[in-house]
Amino acid sequence: MKKKAPRTYQEDIIGDGISSIQKVREPHRENEGRCIKYVLIGVCTLFLFVMLVLPLIVVVTNALRDGWAAYREAVIDEYTVKALQLTLFAAVAAVTVNTVFGLFASYLLSKFYFRGRQIFAALIDIPFSISPVIAGLVFILTFGNVGWMGEFLKAHGIRIVFAVPGVVLATIFVTFPFVFRELFPVLNAQGKDEEEAAALMGAGGFTIFRRITFPHIKWALLYGVILCAARALGEFGAVSVISGHLRGKTNTLPLHVEILYNEFNTTAAFAVSSILVVLAVLILIARNIVEWRKE
Amino acid sequence: MYVQMEHIYKTFDGFHASSDVSFGVEKGQLAALLGPSGSGKTTILRMIAGLDRPDSGDIMIDGMRVNDLPGSRRGIGFVFQNYALFRYMTVADNIAFGLEVQKKSKKEIRGRVDELLELVSMQDLGKRYPHQLSGGQRQRVAFARALAPNPHLLLLDEPFAAIDAKVRRELRTWLKEMIRRVGITSIFVTHDQEEAMEVADAIIITNLGRVEQIGTPDEICLHPQTEFVADFIDAARYEALAAAKSCEEW
Repeated sequence: MKKKAPRTYQEDIIGDGISSIQKVREPHRENEGRCIKYVLIGVCTLFLFVMLVLPLIVVVTNALRDGWAAYREAVIDEYTVKALQLTLFAAVAAVTVNTVFGLFASYLLSKFYFRGRQIFAALIDIPFSISPVIAGLVFILTFGNVGWMGEFLKAHGIRIVFAVPGVVLATIFVTFPFVFRELFPVLNAQGKDEEEAAALMGAGGFTIFRRITFPHIKWALLYGVILCAARALGEFGAVSVISGHLRGKTNTLPLHVEILYNEFNTTAAFAVSSILVVLAVLILIARNIVEWRKE
Repeated sequence: MYVQMEHIYKTFDGFHASSDVSFGVEKGQLAALLGPSGSGKTTILRMIAGLDRPDSGDIMIDGMRVNDLPGSRRGIGFVFQNYALFRYMTVADNIAFGLEVQKKSKKEIRGRVDELLELVSMQDLGKRYPHQLSGGQRQRVAFARALAPNPHLLLLDEPFAAIDAKVRRELRTWLKEMIRRVGITSIFVTHDQEEAMEVADAIIITNLGRVEQIGTPDEICLHPQTEFVADFIDAARYEALAAAKSCEEW
């Protein structure tokens, strides 16, 4: 239950299928085809209802089970607010860092040819294939007290593990492919000609980016940012390992939900979950607007 | 010679794109770089433009060695194979871009854009976007855009490749007349013998990264110096004969 809210958009993240929906044409009107269509509609509706709608209803009803006052209390609770702040901070940090990184990496891999390009691209996809828990462990083994940078960090009084920097690092790690993944195909398809043409007319690097490259990628960039933010807000595994669950200090919203739930404070857990649901819905709306603008 | 290539060598990952390429193009001439695909003609054009660097050899434009000069300071206009129009800018903004980069005054830019739109007979289409134009119109915009900053040398990479076979001949005549009227030294790349014969004053035939022969269309047609040129032109002659034309008519 604790991961319910993140799950809803995590499923969406896997593909960008919505945009290709327009390309599907209605097939010939044959009885057999129509029959299959309705069966498929039924199956998919049932699946979505069980997997998505039902859990969402459960979250909302449980959150409001003890009345509005209890819900309000859980939401404006000091630790909840702190967790929300940390979650938003980590998300903003991850989005900022990954936008810059995604821009650089996608530009590099689409406009320049060098040995090891494929390996580079494959490495960027690692967070997609690796379990977030392992990502968290990797950071502990690197930056923790027993880790190979532990001595150095201790000597300089820098805390990463069980502190906010660790939470931010873990969030960045699990979300860094998103912006790259959205930008790369767009940049790759554009080719180098327009940039070369502008350069031959004497335009500098920044002018070329601002006037030629950016107008081409802005919707894909925004889309990548939205996906990245969605994932960052809901991240549980990696953050859970590295945060140390310090209430009011290193607890993010998803971790806070888990703690409340484990304390049998079910109403509060669902109330806090509903915050994540609201964020998810906002992101979903933003995503659809962007998708529609992207053509 | 306005453009002079001297002993140019260029390799890409062990592939010899240019081996000892030397030729010259006189001021005011319209020259064709002609050869089969993979013969290294586009590489030569890109090196003149400064988009690629030769491994060795000298590129001279107007008596000056330009190897170390960026393309933007070589006084050239470039028409890309697929025109590379800026797709998020209108036709007028496309043409104005090079002038804006040079920080020309708004008034001057507008005057020059109008002048060029008129030159390519597209006065009414300045507010269109590239995707709203036909192939021929796009070529005209690319041509106008390349000419906007008043270059002394115009380079065109397969200018007719992206055009329907039907209108290609018509556009060929148009482009040739345009270049004559502007009086700009031009070099264009093509793999189509007939195109080179019909449009160019001088032809440079390339094969496997080498220059096979340099000459006027007549010289090349009547006195091919290598077996490759004879074969290559023969093929063209058959094609032309099929179109009821003979070599002498070119």
